[in-house]
Amino acid sequence: MASMPGGRARTADEDLDLTPDPLLPPTAVDDAVRETEESRWTPTKIAIWAAIALLGGVAWFMLAIIRGETVNAIWFVFASVCTYLIGYRFYSKVIERYITRPNDRRATPAEYKADGKDYVRTDRNVLFGHHFAAIAGAGPLVGPVIAAQMGYLPGTIWIIIGVVLAGAVQDYLVLFFSMRRGGRSLGQMAREELGVIGGTAALVATLLIMIIIVAILALVVVNALGESPWGVFSVGMTIPIALFMGVYLRFLRPGKVMEVSLIGFVLLMAAIIGGGLVADTEWGAAFFHLDKVTIAWGLIVYGFIAAILPVWLLLAPRDYLSTFMKIGVIVMLALAIIVVRPEITVPAFSEFASRDNGPVFPGALFPFLFVTIACGALSGFHALISSGTTPKLIEKERQTRLIGYGGMLMESFVAIMALVAAISIDRGLYFAMNSPAALTGGTVETAAAWVNSLGLQGVNLSPELLSQTAANVGEESIVSRTGGAPTLAVGLAHIMQQFIGGTALMAFWYHFAIMFEALFILTAVDAGTRVARFMLQDSIGNFVPKFKEASWRPGAWLCTAIMVAAWGAVLLMGVTDPLGGINTLFPLFGIANQLLAAIALSVCLAIAAKRGSFKYLWIVALPLGFAAVVTITASFQKIFSPVPAVGYFANNAAFSKALADGKTEFGTAKTVAAMEAVVRNTMIQGWLSVIFVVLSIIVIVTAMIATVKAFQNEAAGVAHTDHEDPAVPSRSYAPAGLIPTAAERELMAEWNRLPAELQLEKSAHH
Amino acid sequence: MSAIAEGFRGFARYLGGVMGADAYQKYLEHHVASGHLGPPMTEREFWRDRTDRQDSNPQGRCC
Repeated sequence: MASMPGGRARTADEDLDLTPDPLLPPTAVDDAVRETEESRWTPTKIAIWAAIALLGGVAWFMLAIIRGETVNAIWFVFASVCTYLIGYRFYSKVIERYITRPNDRRATPAEYKADGKDYVRTDRNVLFGHHFAAIAGAGPLVGPVIAAQMGYLPGTIWIIIGVVLAGAVQDYLVLFFSMRRGGRSLGQMAREELGVIGGTAALVATLLIMIIIVAILALVVVNALGESPWGVFSVGMTIPIALFMGVYLRFLRPGKVMEVSLIGFVLLMAAIIGGGLVADTEWGAAFFHLDKVTIAWGLIVYGFIAAILPVWLLLAPRDYLSTFMKIGVIVMLALAIIVVRPEITVPAFSEFASRDNGPVFPGALFPFLFVTIACGALSGFHALISSGTTPKLIEKERQTRLIGYGGMLMESFVAIMALVAAISIDRGLYFAMNSPAALTGGTVETAAAWVNSLGLQGVNLSPELLSQTAANVGEESIVSRTGGAPTLAVGLAHIMQQFIGGTALMAFWYHFAIMFEALFILTAVDAGTRVARFMLQDSIGNFVPKFKEASWRPGAWLCTAIMVAAWGAVLLMGVTDPLGGINTLFPLFGIANQLLAAIALSVCLAIAAKRGSFKYLWIVALPLGFAAVVTITASFQKIFSPVPAVGYFANNAAFSKALADGKTEFGTAKTVAAMEAVVRNTMIQGWLSVIFVVLSIIVIVTAMIATVKAFQNEAAGVAHTDHEDPAVPSRSYAPAGLIPTAAERELMAEWNRLPAELQLEKSAHH
Repeated sequence: MSAIAEGFRGFARYLGGVMGADAYQKYLEHHVASGHLGPPMTEREFWRDRTDRQDSNPQGRCC
């Protein structure tokens, strides 16, 4: 193959100079052996897969076709797990065979760039947990709850099918392509593959999207803590606990990560229990009873300080705490749902599935359901994680399928669990909690009356149920606690109290759930602000070189302040929005996240095309097309829809007209100031939608051009430039999947027999 | 009984791996294997260096 100037030619794997060390055993299972092993179907294997397919089929039948009074939660578990297994075993293998084509004879960055710090070969199962903890956060816990407005089936289908065909594909491809490039970030890959225009658009879009995502995550926390002395106390205590852990790790016992995490966990539990006691006292209730605006300002100040403090003091210890809680909580949730197996009374499709005026989020099922549930089905944010840390830790190329594709399946399972927890509560309660105060009126009587007036089948909500539930979970009120987190917490408390402790422990479980969601989100806010600050510093640095110096304090502080101001403004806008902040802003969050996914998939499409995978390009084009259609349609509706509840500018026009007509109240805005706020907010939200969609279309179009160019080059026999790191022969071996195959075990035994001085240092095997 | 203890230890080791508690040990293994010149960092120095490098190289956490 001819080489192009300025870059190396794309070379087939067999052309690479990967002369193995003759002293070492093979560094990969022989292709022919692997092929026969994969294609040999023993009767046991056939029986197992037939059973999985059958169980999955029955579960889907129970969820989708049978229309009984109730459906048992266990069917959600079977439908999802069986579908994941089939997707993992069959579809991800297709991607591996035709798109990624890993080559275990090549060293991974963790091997050829090994430095013992950032580039470290990590056991695949450990890395799976590590990667999962990095991608999973509050997103999959919140989106499915909000989407439950439409009934359980649309969300379930999108979460399970979406992850197999879209979300996991994106994560896997980004992880693999970034690994081939020494762990380069998505932004760098975009610039290399799409050129200056596409790359710059991707960078700006990423920055804006991060601001929106941080702001709306912060809004979820504010909504969960507003007027909740217990919540404010226990979440507030996470700050001193983290500071203590930071000092402990830095000065007292460096490196004792597990020890300090256990101490932190015990303190956290004490903070939750203590929160209940403090909230019961008069002074505690008065002191920690904060309104949402105060909490929002507190969070903004906190966000700025946290982002300029050294990592060791606050971010690193809280990260440990958050990881620790994440794994514990998810195991607990899965166990509880399997043991308790709650009956679900929510209909498969609710009355709002066919309408576009739902109170929880406005807009029709297509496209808005698909942006409301982002994390769990397809999350663009993962592309930022999959390029960066994880690729620098992978031991062997073939393991990317387990870690990238498998890790995302796991996150999808978390989303399903969250959905089940949220729909296990009374439906009337769900709507009373998730509809904005402008609709429910804010009191138990008005909320119950309003919910009953919706005419929902089988819903008859009494004010007593609302006040009783609030008392059980230790809150003053649960009316209009929007944002998803409180609903999930009530659902989780409802399930957990049947598992451990009964009603007496419901308040503990509720605040436990609020605490871990807040913990995940605050970590994401800290880290997001830092990453965004560096991106901004880097961009300004192109014009004022001084800004590129990360250690230059004024630059760092200025850029942090700009970023915090940006997300803080969106947060305050959401908190004070007369229409209900989650209601208007959550679609923007989903659209932003899915547009980022479209950008990531565009980059993957261009790379896959340059690697010559034309026949199977549909594997990337399918999720890209879907994400593009969904987000662009959603954006256009948000921009151009004449329905004020859906279109930002339509709403803006309606309120402007009301103001011009001299009205002093309009719709849910009861004062002139509130009406002016709506006019301002809708204008900002509208323009943000415009900017997002324009940037994303630029990226998608440049990716199309790159793809077509690759196709033409291929037809003309011109070699493509690729931006992969040069191939280096590997000097180690590790199996690809969770359970090693017979051939893999044989090879592992061969490596274990090797004299110690010939072996690379071993990564920790467990 | 010993099997349970072993299983528990294995889980604790796994959790430690996921949290990155074994980072220093891995650094030492790398240091030995790659035949670096000079002594390795002490445990205290290593963890300091690790968090200080994160200051100028932040990693996002997901939503």
